[in-house]
Amino acid sequence: MSIELRHASFRYPDNYLANDDLNLVVEQGESVAIVGQNGAGKTTAVKMLNGLYRPTKGDVLVDGVNTREKTAAVIGRTVGYVFQNPDDQIFNQNVRAEIEYMPRRLKMPEPEMKRRVDRAVELTGLKKYMGKNPFDIPYPIRKFVTIADVLAMEPKYIIFDEPTAGQDKHGTELLENLLKVLKAEGVGVVTITHDMEFVARNFDRVVVMAKKRIIADDTAKAVFSNDEVMEQAKLKKPQICQVAEMAGLGKGILTIEELVELL
Amino acid sequence: MALIEIRDVTYKYPFTKKPALHDVNCSIEKGKFYGVIGENGGGKTSLCNLMRGLIPHFYNGELTGIVNIDGTEVRDWNTGELAAKIGYVFQNPFTQISGIKPTVFEEIGMGLENLGMEKEAMIHRILEVSKELDIEDLLQKDPNAMSGGQRQRVAFASILAMDQDIMVIDEPTSQLDPQTTEKVFDIIGQLKNSGKTIILVEHKIDLIARYCDEVILMQGGTIVRQGATADILTDTSIEELGAVVPQTALFGHAMVRAGKSLERIPITVEDAVEQIRKWKEVQA
Repeated sequence: MSIELRHASFRYPDNYLANDDLNLVVEQGESVAIVGQNGAGKTTAVKMLNGLYRPTKGDVLVDGVNTREKTAAVIGRTVGYVFQNPDDQIFNQNVRAEIEYMPRRLKMPEPEMKRRVDRAVELTGLKKYMGKNPFDIPYPIRKFVTIADVLAMEPKYIIFDEPTAGQDKHGTELLENLLKVLKAEGVGVVTITHDMEFVARNFDRVVVMAKKRIIADDTAKAVFSNDEVMEQAKLKKPQICQVAEMAGLGKGILTIEELVELL
Repeated sequence: MALIEIRDVTYKYPFTKKPALHDVNCSIEKGKFYGVIGENGGGKTSLCNLMRGLIPHFYNGELTGIVNIDGTEVRDWNTGELAAKIGYVFQNPFTQISGIKPTVFEEIGMGLENLGMEKEAMIHRILEVSKELDIEDLLQKDPNAMSGGQRQRVAFASILAMDQDIMVIDEPTSQLDPQTTEKVFDIIGQLKNSGKTIILVEHKIDLIARYCDEVILMQGGTIVRQGATADILTDTSIEELGAVVPQTALFGHAMVRAGKSLERIPITVEDAVEQIRKWKEVQA
């Protein structure tokens, strides 16, 4: 079981080419980070993965089924997508109604819905916000509302589009815990992020995009050791990695423990 | 005398029970660069609203205590004059962008128009900041049809153009990639070097460590720590207060635990490299 981009390209109706011949396979249970500059094509690529966009060339397969053969709503149940801007996703009056919306629409039995919503709320730390209007709570917490929306659907794959933006220590820790839980449950995860420290701590596999293409797909260690890739994608290595390299202690050092050990 | 002086301030937004700020005391000195850090909901944006005079001029609510801006109590400031003195980049670029101007060019020009700038000077200034922030290709675009990252750069450009003495900047880089983030910090650093006073809210602790003179840590609506950046960020007890300690400082502490103490705990990459070099010399 996997989600797959196969020579997939995407051109917007105004003729702008956003993705050029992407190849990527994410297995169920795998956790992958996508990094790269604004405008590199990251969001377009993940929107193809969950059927919001159909490739204008090539194919996208979800568990072996071509996304052209299904509606976005059906694919969305297998591949959940948490939007970059939570305001594009939220439309209910209070947080509880927002999270219960899809399970209710799908006429899920009450106990099953309750179990799922409780779990989603637990994982996102939203308990004290349940009665609030989503637009009255701060932006970074609103992002967790949209994460809970998707968690309540229990999809086999989840895509997070910049979940780390604007998060504080607590929010980042909630995300890290969530990634661990999803991994343990065998959910496939694709996360777009600009936070390289977050990548170094939480992801074994890193996909780098630059200028509409995937330019690297490797371990975090290998990617952060590859100067050419880092330069092309205009990325910055995690701090510990920079320190180790500048002190002449070696490349691809990602943790404090490794660095201390080398001295 | 401090540029901004806040004494025993407690503030409640209208129709709320819990104060957003309580018992806040701090002094902002002219020409310094302050980083405001801490958990979301801890009062960082409210502190910005206070320093910019939006509390009490725009948000009514209940304000007690004293806020003195450049020698005048905030309640006595004329709002137009205050706006010419203090620039404010909002956290959410969707809030700041006026929504009434058809192009980015006019959006950036709006603040300058309000300052009463001559047309020629205005055009020159708009082109200058657009070049600096690399948004020249956006000038004819509709501000409402841009990505989050583009809006954030335009919002920043609008304030940069106005060139006020004090800049209050609330999370200017949350939507930006690492390279653009560095660029924004470089520009803010230059503003500081040109004598401006900067108050910046930011979560990216490595950049706070590199650029800021002082750090203000907020939690639960009040300031729980304030002091020189290195003093605050090398103290791991700030983790209990919702703050992040830079990786390089955590490395310094790990070296101490491993019996390999560096001369001091570093907070930047450059300093960590320098400390390692010195440590190696001593070992040799």
